[in-house]
Amino acid sequence: MTWLRLALANLTLSPLTTLVNVLLMALGTASIVLLLLASTQLRETMSRDAKGIDLVLGAQGSPVQLILSAVYHADIPPGNIPLSETEQWAEDPRIGLAVPMSLGDSYLGFRIVGTTHDYVDLYGGEVIAGQLWGESMQAVVGANVAQAANLSLGSTFAGAHGLVDGGHEHDDQTYRVVGILEPTGNVLDRLVLTSLESVWELHDESGHDHAHEDDHAHEDEHDDHAHEEDEHGHEDEHESHAHEEDEHAHEDEHEGHAHEEDEHAHEDEHEDHAHEADEHAQEDEHEDHAHEADEHAHEDEHEGHPHEADEHAHEDEHDDHADEEGEHAHEGEHDGHAHEEEDHGTHDANTEITAMLLSYNTPLAAMTLPREVNAGGVLQAAAPAMEISRLLQLVGVGISALGAFAWVLVATAALSIFAALYGSLRSRRGELAMLRCLGATRAELLTYLIVEGLLMTFAGVILGVLVGHLAMELLGIWVADTRGMTLTGLIWIADEFLLVAGLFLVGVLSAIVPAIQAYNTDVATTLLEA
Amino acid sequence: MSEELVLNVSDLKFTYGDKQIVDISEFALKSGQSMAVIGPSGCGKTTFLHLLAGLLSPGAGTIQILGQELSQLSLSALDRFRGQNMGMVFQRLFLMPALTVRQNIELAQKMARVDVDVQAVDRLLTELGIQDLSDRKPKMLSQGQAQRVAIARALVHRPALVLADEPTSALDNDRAEDALSLLKHSAETAGASLVVVTHDERVRGKLDSEFEMEAIV
Repeated sequence: MTWLRLALANLTLSPLTTLVNVLLMALGTASIVLLLLASTQLRETMSRDAKGIDLVLGAQGSPVQLILSAVYHADIPPGNIPLSETEQWAEDPRIGLAVPMSLGDSYLGFRIVGTTHDYVDLYGGEVIAGQLWGESMQAVVGANVAQAANLSLGSTFAGAHGLVDGGHEHDDQTYRVVGILEPTGNVLDRLVLTSLESVWELHDESGHDHAHEDDHAHEDEHDDHAHEEDEHGHEDEHESHAHEEDEHAHEDEHEGHAHEEDEHAHEDEHEDHAHEADEHAQEDEHEDHAHEADEHAHEDEHEGHPHEADEHAHEDEHDDHADEEGEHAHEGEHDGHAHEEEDHGTHDANTEITAMLLSYNTPLAAMTLPREVNAGGVLQAAAPAMEISRLLQLVGVGISALGAFAWVLVATAALSIFAALYGSLRSRRGELAMLRCLGATRAELLTYLIVEGLLMTFAGVILGVLVGHLAMELLGIWVADTRGMTLTGLIWIADEFLLVAGLFLVGVLSAIVPAIQAYNTDVATTLLEA
Repeated sequence: MSEELVLNVSDLKFTYGDKQIVDISEFALKSGQSMAVIGPSGCGKTTFLHLLAGLLSPGAGTIQILGQELSQLSLSALDRFRGQNMGMVFQRLFLMPALTVRQNIELAQKMARVDVDVQAVDRLLTELGIQDLSDRKPKMLSQGQAQRVAIARALVHRPALVLADEPTSALDNDRAEDALSLLKHSAETAGASLVVVTHDERVRGKLDSEFEMEAIV
């Protein structure tokens, strides 16, 4: 205790030096703690949200994007897939659970997921009030959604196009809250769940309006095709039946489709554009594959049935966009015949979903199933564990770089403490010699200097840990506001204790050389020189 | 050996390199006595004092304090023995700048591994006339006030032997006489023996006995 008090008193002699050393150590510690808390919670959240999901089927594209969109709801989906294409995999004996899901709308930034009740079971959700959805346009909301959007049983709300806040609202059809889920700590908390049928019906109903808005968006954004599309737009508006214009319309589809899709993708990345563009982008999410089918259908028409194609084009002018795509797809499948029957196309053949979450029955499925799915050429299979591991490796480079920088700050603090102690030794040699005369042993002088170094380290580390947690909590509030993952500074993780122990070791190391100097103080010589 | 003998030195030799610095055949001091060790600069007075304090190890001979042969103690045991049985005052005082006057005095008790005796501290502060300065830091003291604090620190844990190195060298005549009489009186009051090594001729006749040292050629 004597040495602690003496060391503490001694630190007050040079308050500025002590303060700088403490702040340097605090800065380094806070940086490391912040990184530790963030990366740990990121890993835990990712692991929790992907628990029970072995494979995700979705549209071809980036596998990471598919996982981020379908599992973590942190990105837009790469596209939609025909429900029919997923059925063979859902019924595969190697699959234990298959949960389809359809995205496209959101409410106040919370995503609306059309799915089955299995989705709730997959994430361990429990209904705390009400019940799961039974009919179309019934919704069950996660705990965070209920709280943030102030929703209770019986509340109604209109979903908005797009996966972020600010899209065009489906004012004509509203969801009714029939159930609220208890907090799960996973992605379920921030989702609005409904039936697949709700999502399909809502988009069928709103298809006409959006088809028009879609056209306008094309006119605005595709300057290089403005003329062609303008003509196409006039066809729709004035119900012209000119054969040439029909051909133009088809040329448009054939020649500009790839370009259109590129631009659609670009729009997907910037969903905060004007309403029309946003809506258009959201429709594209659902309709990418429909476009492909559409294209194939038209190819069929051009090859063998040009008149049918013309007729079809005229029908386009009267029907909504969704119907249009349905018809084209059917034409492709049936060699371009039976128009009238396809006007009422069924979900079975053309219905799309965004993704299907799969759980294996057997671990052996991991070896074969993804390859088989990908070989089909229509769907993409992505394993969350693998993709997230890949993503974390990429993110890990940044985290490691930041961590290295934080440790540089700690090393700077350690050097500063060393310099302060070592520099003070010269002026304190007489004091140390006097302590030996008063009865202090050499080991006690060693302890004295180490305690002094440790006190600065301790103050810096404690301050740093507190600042790190405070910063994490503030970051968590900010992240929560942006509807991302849940982060908090109000937790302690085991690695922090290791960190604190490690930093104390750094403190000891920074003081050890001055302490050894003090230990070796030649009292008689020092007193003579003094 | 008499039980009253606090300090007993025999055949003490110390060399530094090839040069012999100290060569003392007999030196003894009884309990409560004071002795001045006087000699010119460079005659080895301070080295002799350091040998008595156990800060240096002699090349030959023995030093017994309270019957304890210093060379038989380990380094850490010697440190503790010094802290418990000796008090030291130097020309430079080496007060701890971060501590108050009271804390500086109490530090000697703590280093001697005895309980802090607040009454003993108060008594010394009063005897030395520095009771009003107890909360001041050393930098706020005059040289005379600081020297009194150093004397109090050397005596507060009731050592058997007080060793003083040139306590008056930097002081004018009046202050030198005051310092010496204060040191002698305080040591007597505390029941401690006192050895003062100095080249200051003003010390002559002020202590119970004197020991002359001459430079070894």
